[in-house]
Amino acid sequence: MSSADAFELRRVDAGPAGAPILASIDLTVPAQGVTVLAGPSGAGKSTLLRLLNRLDDPLAGEIRWRDRPLTEWAPTDLRRQVAMVFQRAPIFPGTVLDNLRVALPEVTPERAGHVLEHVGLDAELLDHEADTLSGGEAQRMCVARALLTDPVVLLADEPTAALDRAARATVEDLGRSLADSGVGVIWVSHDTDQLRRLADHVIVLAEGTVRATGHLDELDASDDPLVRQSVGAP
Amino acid sequence: MIAVQQGDIGVAGLAASAILVFVAVGISLWRQLGLERSLLWASARALVQLLAVGWVLQFVVDPDDPLIYSVIWLLAMIGFAAYTTSRRAPDVPNVLPLSMIAYAASAVVVLGVLFGFGIYDLEGRTLVPLAGMVVGNSLAATVLVSRQLLIAANEQRDLIEARLALGLTASESFQPHLRQALRTALVPQIESTKAVGIVFLPGAMVGLILAGVDPADAVKVQVSVMYLVLGSVATTTAVMSLGISRELFTPAQQLRRPAQRPDS
Repeated sequence: MSSADAFELRRVDAGPAGAPILASIDLTVPAQGVTVLAGPSGAGKSTLLRLLNRLDDPLAGEIRWRDRPLTEWAPTDLRRQVAMVFQRAPIFPGTVLDNLRVALPEVTPERAGHVLEHVGLDAELLDHEADTLSGGEAQRMCVARALLTDPVVLLADEPTAALDRAARATVEDLGRSLADSGVGVIWVSHDTDQLRRLADHVIVLAEGTVRATGHLDELDASDDPLVRQSVGAP
Repeated sequence: MIAVQQGDIGVAGLAASAILVFVAVGISLWRQLGLERSLLWASARALVQLLAVGWVLQFVVDPDDPLIYSVIWLLAMIGFAAYTTSRRAPDVPNVLPLSMIAYAASAVVVLGVLFGFGIYDLEGRTLVPLAGMVVGNSLAATVLVSRQLLIAANEQRDLIEARLALGLTASESFQPHLRQALRTALVPQIESTKAVGIVFLPGAMVGLILAGVDPADAVKVQVSVMYLVLGSVATTTAVMSLGISRELFTPAQQLRRPAQRPDS
């Protein structure tokens, strides 16, 4: 992982054509450790995240990753290297193993079991119907599914927003351990406690613009009350 | 007594058969269904439409007329079916050209087999009714499959994007929804094909037998028509659904939002 893995956004507008959410953004999004995207609802956090694996394209401007514009990457290659998990864990029909095989059809039950254990799930769950998993288990299965593509970066769009406190902690721990193992994590959160537990780097968005970026201690000392509020400064 | 000879029931026979419409109207009045006007209007409209078609058909199917008249008729039917589809599934992007291609492809495949293998002689008398069966029977299934795909794209967006996010292509990501929509459109056709002869006697066969054709011959014609219907429904819905799938995604394998789709 190096700074070359950061995403570079230049004069990016994004959102619906008639009513852009992000307006002329210039930003570097580090893909090292855990970067948390924070800010009020409607600030454009999810809009920004979806640009990074090209689920959406910007209306204007350019995004580069690994010194190449995203538009020069084959979208399928890009998405296998820049994986994504969503707020509501999308579960495909069938067993947990069936779900993992959507990401990697040739995966052996043995490797699938290892990946499950890596995200803190029991390998015996492989044969279970995926829709019987609890919320936290389902989200961790989705992380396991995403890991099967060997991503360099994991985008996480409020992955704990639909979970209870205990499940939230397990998914947070998973995010932290992935970051420690070298997978860059870019995590959208509106939960300031979570942000303070996880973030190595913070980007505060508000009303479609970048309000502040930096380490937590820098932002705690910001002059901007909205920034201090967004990071839950003491 | 109304005599049926060589399939001609005569004007008196036609008028007498209208008694059955009045039976239906009577039931509607008796049970207060409020359907009398609809029944009369539908019956009158069917009569006028079919009389008009019959009148025009006699020019088209005359063996002395050039085949080009029948081909023009066929093209008009495809155009009208595409227009009807676009009215019934207006949210489908580019629905008019797509459905035109789908009906035309189905006509080429099905009529190609029927005439290419010499099952029927290629003439106006066969081309126009067979093409009518192709287009007419595919219409409902095409509208159904179009609506189903739109519903899937709107309501299953999270599942489709989850597959895209795993690096699957647009067509791989949409495949489960496409399969479901095609099955929904085809299964009723398969069911009615299975039930034929047991649960109901198909209209074409009844018509032929009433017109004085040997039942054994009528059956052969009917079976070929049923196969035609299966083939044309499958072809039209397959072409239509592939076309719609392409419209729903961008070249960068992104699922378009409704507002980003090409005008329908």
